[in-house]
Amino acid sequence: MAEQIGTTPPAARRSLHLRWEWILVCALFGSLVLGRVLSPYFLTSDNISDILAGITELGLIALPMTLVIIAAEIDLSVASVLGLSSALLGVLWQAGLPMPVAIGVACIAGACAGWINGWIVVRMGLPSLAVTIGTMALYRGLAYVLLGSHAVANFPGAYTDFGINDIGASFLPQPFAVLFVAAAAFVLLLHATTFGRAVYAIGTNAVAARFSGLDVARTKLRLFVLSGLLSAVAGVIYTLRFTSARGDNGQGLELSVIAAVLFGGVSIFGGRGSLGGVLLSVLLVGVLRNALTLYDISSDTLTIVTGLLLLSSVLVPNLIARVRAVRDQRALAAAH
Amino acid sequence: MWSKRYRGALLTICAAMMLTGTTAMAAPLKSGLTIAFVPKQVNNPYEVTADNGGMAALKELGDHGKVVGPSNAGASSQVSYINTLIAQHVNAIVIAANDAHAVVPYLKKAMARGIKVVTFDSDTAPDGRQLFVNQATAESIGRGQIQLAAKLMGGSGELAILSATPNATNQNTWIGWMKKELAKPEYAHIKLVKIAYGNDDDQQSFVETQGLLEAYPHLKAIIAPTTVGIAAAARYISTSPYKGKVVVTGLGTPNQMREFIKNGTVTAFQLWDPGQLGYLAAYAAANLASGTISDKPGESFMAGKLGKRTVGADGEIILGPLTTFDASNIGNFNF
Repeated sequence: MAEQIGTTPPAARRSLHLRWEWILVCALFGSLVLGRVLSPYFLTSDNISDILAGITELGLIALPMTLVIIAAEIDLSVASVLGLSSALLGVLWQAGLPMPVAIGVACIAGACAGWINGWIVVRMGLPSLAVTIGTMALYRGLAYVLLGSHAVANFPGAYTDFGINDIGASFLPQPFAVLFVAAAAFVLLLHATTFGRAVYAIGTNAVAARFSGLDVARTKLRLFVLSGLLSAVAGVIYTLRFTSARGDNGQGLELSVIAAVLFGGVSIFGGRGSLGGVLLSVLLVGVLRNALTLYDISSDTLTIVTGLLLLSSVLVPNLIARVRAVRDQRALAAAH
Repeated sequence: MWSKRYRGALLTICAAMMLTGTTAMAAPLKSGLTIAFVPKQVNNPYEVTADNGGMAALKELGDHGKVVGPSNAGASSQVSYINTLIAQHVNAIVIAANDAHAVVPYLKKAMARGIKVVTFDSDTAPDGRQLFVNQATAESIGRGQIQLAAKLMGGSGELAILSATPNATNQNTWIGWMKKELAKPEYAHIKLVKIAYGNDDDQQSFVETQGLLEAYPHLKAIIAPTTVGIAAAARYISTSPYKGKVVVTGLGTPNQMREFIKNGTVTAFQLWDPGQLGYLAAYAAANLASGTISDKPGESFMAGKLGKRTVGADGEIILGPLTTFDASNIGNFNF
């Protein structure tokens, strides 16, 4: 990863990075126009509410995932933690615990699951890819052990209403408020604190960061705890939104989250990316999927579109960099 | 332009048409309705057959039919499609639910906006829909599977079930009835040793079958009450030394099972015709959306080539008993 960064001068990286976010803004605007053209129902408050509700869990997990990937790590266990917290919430509610306690325990369990990931990665010095592939299976398995073949669905109306209703008469779904607050907190954390700068430094060059006096191990551990906690919060919201606690909830979501983060311009090699880009990317994916669904495009075509988007997010910056390198070389040759 | 005589003739024809109309049915069905089918997942061959049956019925009725749905069968994957259909103001939604609860709040929202909701194949909680079109009663399916398996295994031995997902509403209800049937004294020599889950995934079902045979060397029969499971189990058995020794039966489609019946891996299996199920569901939805029936038990309607159907308790409409397919009749079916 160090070599990767070393090849591009910082100024070029910065401009490239900015350009990608502008591309996302344009693409988002384009997909809004597309949605309006494709369907008269697109810009209704009901539909906007559906779009925003539909990206709540994706967005919540993408926040810590962005930090984890910028720190040059990865967490593949997030969707399993979502399933685990959902199953736990179901079991505890069935066992007669009051809802706030059950929700609290589910969230703490998620943070613990994240802590275990972080502890193994940091203390054993193992690659997070391998560790979280393991815990992905482990946590999903625990979720099935907890709930077995059952689904718990008899949650109190006041809580499931929270998952489904909008804020007052607006088009903002209530769970979206949670995402909004969490997003604001994460933007501050990454872009306005020393902790955030440490995350970039560690992702750019962990060894150099350690020699500069940063506590690399503790920072990474905290990132994994945050990842587990937010995944658990997403699990609670998922459960309330679909009024169904199940062990297999959110299966496969980890790949959508990672795709959204990478599409948002975060480098898979670490050290580069912004939450602004990731939030735009999450919104863009939600809007585009909704617009195409409203136009009765089949879900298989949608999967292809999502795949092409992800591929373009890797290819386009790479192509720009190559074109630039060729141009610089020519300029250099002409000068000689 | 219009002579009096013409006008008279026309009136007579109109009157005659109205008369025949009223004798055929209580009130005419509206045509031009938009009715959407939401399958569990769009690429499952079984779901495709069911949806095609529904589309054929809607074509007969002069309605607009469409099929929209997810490419994976996760609990919540159908919700965004339901929301979209609500936004599009369709007249009715016909859905095979992936989860009995996850879609209910959204289907309730649809009903609150005047959209009629019919479930078929896999039901939701009763407050999530108006009518449920069921294949056969769960009891007759569960008991029927045990009766067939017992006959094929000669009345004794170890039995395993290879189901779909651990949460599948259908399979779990049927397995419940299978256990009740097995409790009868005539099955005292049959022992249910294991319920395995292949998650309705071909590869996983294949591996689970392999695992069952390794874990239970004396296994005499496998019942797979899922079309994906039975085909995967039969494919594994057909290339293993267990071929002809271990009975594979369950619910499968004739096209899928044809080669295994031919090569002797499978003797007999059962199913309803999913095409007819979709067909019946489409007629139920069209009648509901036309206001010719509501969701009250005892109301009846004509379902095209299937004839008259009556709404039962809890808004349930039954297609009919299962068909058993074997070497003698499989050639007559193509789905």
